[in-house]
Amino acid sequence: MLDDFMVRAALAGIGVAIAAAPLGCFVVWRRMAYFGDATAHAAILGVALSLAFSMSVFIGAMVVALIMALTVNLLSGRGYAMDTLLGVLAHSALAFGLVAVSFLSGIRIDLMSYLFGDILAVSRGDLSVIWCGALLVVLLIGWRWSALLTSTLNEDLAYASEINPKREQLVLTVSLAITVAVAIKVVGVLLIAALLIIPAAAARPLSRTPEGMAVAAGAIGMLSTVVGLRAAYVFDTPAGPSIVCIAAITFLISSSLKSALSMRS
Amino acid sequence: MNLVDVEGLSVRYGARTVLSHVSLGVAKGEIVTIVGPNGSGKTSLLRAIIGAVKPAQGKVSRGADVKIGYVPQKLHIDETLPMTVTRFLNLPHSVAPQDIEAALTQAGVPNLSKSQLSQLSGGQFQRVLLARALIGNPDLLLLDEATQGLDQRGSASFYQQIEAVRQETGCAVLMISHELHVVMSASDRVICLNGHVCCEGTPAVVASAPEYRALFGTGTGGALALYQHDHDHNHDHAEAAE
Repeated sequence: MLDDFMVRAALAGIGVAIAAAPLGCFVVWRRMAYFGDATAHAAILGVALSLAFSMSVFIGAMVVALIMALTVNLLSGRGYAMDTLLGVLAHSALAFGLVAVSFLSGIRIDLMSYLFGDILAVSRGDLSVIWCGALLVVLLIGWRWSALLTSTLNEDLAYASEINPKREQLVLTVSLAITVAVAIKVVGVLLIAALLIIPAAAARPLSRTPEGMAVAAGAIGMLSTVVGLRAAYVFDTPAGPSIVCIAAITFLISSSLKSALSMRS
Repeated sequence: MNLVDVEGLSVRYGARTVLSHVSLGVAKGEIVTIVGPNGSGKTSLLRAIIGAVKPAQGKVSRGADVKIGYVPQKLHIDETLPMTVTRFLNLPHSVAPQDIEAALTQAGVPNLSKSQLSQLSGGQFQRVLLARALIGNPDLLLLDEATQGLDQRGSASFYQQIEAVRQETGCAVLMISHELHVVMSASDRVICLNGHVCCEGTPAVVASAPEYRALFGTGTGGALALYQHDHDHNHDHAEAAE
């Protein structure tokens, strides 16, 4: 079954969707949408470095994404607004990454495949990396779920319950770094943030509890992957962007459903 | 043995000192109100007690097994976060359904358990926050301007609820308020704060203390009555301007 590249692609996409669902909810609730972008842009630098030192791309992207996440964690609340800080770090990391790539003489790398991903080229090895990463993220978020949710509501409320919101934020940023690193191959740097945010946003009108929203986001993410891949096959369109398009259409449907319902009542 | 003791506490944010050498204690079952102008460090004091800010000097000690219930200043819930009252009261630890009902009843909002937080009115929301603080029978309730945004009737009835809770459960209350005339009659002790403790004592003692009058003027002379308003000042400003 795994010999079929379409099956491998679907499994890869589903793995990323599962990790992105709970994480994407927190990204939406905490208004960190730009954080996903920033970590993803930084990952390009990681890709360049890993090719230069002939390491695995996953490790390189992961290390740089982690450093980026920790730097933001450290610098936040020290005089710069979060979006300024992310803007500086994200774009400079991307620029340094692109410059670093140009120094790699002799190696021809297809930068486009990292910007837009190449889900159809996912190998068995990639698949196991993606699923291990996804599993790790889901376990991490599941373990810290209540504490994360409490600190998302209000930091002082968290402190009063003897939860350290700074530590919980670290759990979140580390999970984000892992997700970005495993998702680069599937949807690419430019669309990772979309896979985090769009399913969560589409799930919002359908949910009454945070848990409900995370599960709905997961379902929407998986549905988008399968339908998007099928569409890409039928219409001969790029796979990663097709998945994101389907997610966006789901978002459109769920939000119009909501306004239709609220108009009736 | 006090529930909480604050000894020589100083808090700094960067170069700015917001509290210096503050000492106070809250004993079992008493209601202590902190008053003070904006920027006087009231919120920082509560945040130091719950451990959200580290003291630059001094220390905060809690008695062994003292449970604290905390009601923050108005809480903003992001529109994107779906949350029912029941789910909210189960954070961070899940609670038995009958305890949820009991806490909501105690806070005066028994029928809200299935509502979405984002759809509550200001007064209902503050009471849900109070209910959350009451879960697990705290020994000490900390309230940070819990009636911000409520009208005078709403806040008066909120503080009556607090007093009823105290009578029912015997828990102590340490609260911040700027609505002196509403809360002072219910307080056992008032602490007037302005970066340091200006004066403290029973409401009557504080209201007549020169330090307090210097901070708040004499316009709050009706501080001891629950519904008393001042009618001795002039509303007709147009006339005064002539």
